[in-house]
Amino acid sequence: MKAFTFERARTPAEAAAAVAQRPDARFIAGGTNLLDLMKLQIEAPTHLVDVNALVLDRIEETRDGGLRIGALVRNSDLAADAAVKRDYPVLSRALLSGASGQLRNRATTAGNLLQRTRCPYFYDTAQPCNKRQPGSGCSAIGGVTRALAVIGASPACIATHPSDMAVAMRVLDAQVETVTPDGQTRRIPMADFHKLPGDTPHVEHALTHGELITSVLLPAPVAGVHVYRKVRDRASYAFALVSVGAIVRPDGSGHVAFGGLAPKPWRVEAAEASLGKGAKAFAAQAFAGARPTHDNAFKLLLAERTLAGVLQSVKAA
Amino acid sequence: MDDVRVCLSRRDVLIASAASATVNAAGAANRETAMSSPDSPAALSRVTLEVNGKAQTVDVDTRMTLLDLLREQLKLTGTKKGCDHGQCGACTVLLDGRRINSCLMLAVMAPGAQVTTIEGLGEPGRLHPMQAAFVAKDGYQCGYCTPGQICSAVGMLDELQRGMPSHVTPDLAVKPLLSAEELRERMSGNLCRCGAYSNIAEAITLVAGGAA
Repeated sequence: MKAFTFERARTPAEAAAAVAQRPDARFIAGGTNLLDLMKLQIEAPTHLVDVNALVLDRIEETRDGGLRIGALVRNSDLAADAAVKRDYPVLSRALLSGASGQLRNRATTAGNLLQRTRCPYFYDTAQPCNKRQPGSGCSAIGGVTRALAVIGASPACIATHPSDMAVAMRVLDAQVETVTPDGQTRRIPMADFHKLPGDTPHVEHALTHGELITSVLLPAPVAGVHVYRKVRDRASYAFALVSVGAIVRPDGSGHVAFGGLAPKPWRVEAAEASLGKGAKAFAAQAFAGARPTHDNAFKLLLAERTLAGVLQSVKAA
Repeated sequence: MDDVRVCLSRRDVLIASAASATVNAAGAANRETAMSSPDSPAALSRVTLEVNGKAQTVDVDTRMTLLDLLREQLKLTGTKKGCDHGQCGACTVLLDGRRINSCLMLAVMAPGAQVTTIEGLGEPGRLHPMQAAFVAKDGYQCGYCTPGQICSAVGMLDELQRGMPSHVTPDLAVKPLLSAEELRERMSGNLCRCGAYSNIAEAITLVAGGAA
């Protein structure tokens, strides 16, 4: 691990200003992803701003009947929150399907959104990676691609976004609230939060340097059966090959987002009008333009069939 | 030379080699820092925290993990370093009563924290019920993952007691009960390379049954 200096921020604005002052500074909250990457020198900040003392660990109702989830709410607490379990079970289920009990006790809401890809070539510092070293090339293309992206990728990067929680946040139309280094607040819809790689795969989200996530806002609950179904190589403690986050109404209409397929939670709103026609029709529209490799083409069929299973379980419920 | 070796216990040898490894690692870290970024030397920070009920004030390199603080500076070597990347659970301790991976937390992030390690749960003569159950049910082979398994199991049963759901909980609205399926899912962050899982599950079930 490279040497770094350390400070503890007392307010969100102070934290944002402290990181903005130095190009190589980073926030640290749970640390479950950042420290792992620092040990491998994939991340090498020269200064860390600890945000754990900020009062951003609450879950509160908003005036429009939604929820404000503090950036520091731990994944295990968010999954177990009474209002989340009752009104947003897709979010509880997504969180519980990820990581381990120990990691969920530390990992935060904001950190989960900002976690980096688990592409093995991103982790292998002996090989080029455009995310790790912009312009160096993509070792994954032409490499072992079974777990990598089938849609939304680019000739510069085929990494997936690893978060389960973000898939639920996307299907729930959450908004990310931030404070910028100059003290302003803004809201970013989940649809715009994560960026597709294009030719700048190192740019993964809409935040500017020093901009701090303070909360995630959920709109009023959406009626329907909430389901999060994850398919992976092990029964527990593994990243998704494919996951489906869905809110489905009794008439078959609803909202669907996928994990494991793309560099961001994959949701195609235009396809949702055809959800009542079944998984095949929906998948044809939602996965139009997919560019799978020989080794990961199975993901498209797996995603369609996982959705079919979800729709069937809702019908049976 | 051979005579000297004979006098050393395995533990002494391990301690000696760990000490030289620490020195070497520190030397390597300093060299690397000096070479790569001469203007950011290793930074030290003072932290006060409570470990197993005892207040500790320590000066640590900002890079030191809670795990390394426990093992190398406080000499609480019961907590083990397995993967050092949050994948195996060998380093599990209780932080303010909740189980965490101590390898993925910096010591400088722990001011005021209450840390409980395997040594703090119990010791020979007054074992924690979970420690006694692992002995009774033979919940280990080599024993390396055992402190993490035990700390994790204690934290896990507390989570269950507080009604926290898991991936396999059938109904989020109903307080979960400990089943074989719940136990396996909730303990999935602790790997046992010897494969002592069935006895580990029996040990935890013994304690959970006793508490119910």
